Amino acid sequence: MNVHDFLYYIILPILSISSLLVFVRFFKGPSIVDRVVALDLLITISIGIIAIYSILNDKPTFLDISLVLALIAFLGTVAFAYYLEKRNKND
Amino acid sequence: MIDILIYITSSLGALFVLLAAIGTLRMPDQYLRISVNTKAATLGVGLLLISAAFFFLETSVTTRVLAVIIFILITAPVGAHLIGRTSYFLGNKLWGKSITDDLKDKYNKSTHELRGHEEKDENEEESEPKS
Repeated sequence: MNVHDFLYYIILPILSISSLLVFVRFFKGPSIVDRVVALDLLITISIGIIAIYSILNDKPTFLDISLVLALIAFLGTVAFAYYLEKRNKND
Repeated sequence: MIDILIYITSSLGALFVLLAAIGTLRMPDQYLRISVNTKAATLGVGLLLISAAFFFLETSVTTRVLAVIIFILITAPVGAHLIGRTSYFLGNKLWGKSITDDLKDKYNKSTHELRGHEEKDENEEESEPKS
């Protein structure tokens, strides 16, 4: 079993199972904060999947997308936190 | 040699990401979930990106990976703190078995400002001679 098979048959299934578990929390989450946290974790897991995918396809260009996704995750979390707090303040 | 390093880092990274996902699903409280999301997922994704750096072994790829890791390490605690603060303002309850709540009665409800110990002591000293 070489590196390619190991990543393809063991690491990628583990990552996809963990993203499925996070999806369960995303749909179940009692409050909106849970959903924001689950979305953040989902994007973080997808950064890991992109790293493994760039190894499998031997194309390091995909790593640029992971930087953009990290930026989007941070901005999304900050924007959600800011506006949820504002909404609570005005009530 | 490089293959062994890739095996180790990618296995540990996938394991930590899986633990983070299980923790997000199973933890009883929002604050505990935020804590899991910040620590375990950051470590796992950092290890997965390091395995990509080990595979390519080029300067451009390594700098890119380091940039992503440093960005995640900087922004994950900031985002977790902001969303935890918002969750506290929204009035989400702590887990029933939590022992202490250090922030209780320390936030001003209308202006959302944190009141420290020093300011509290000054106010008490000011109020004592008046009374």
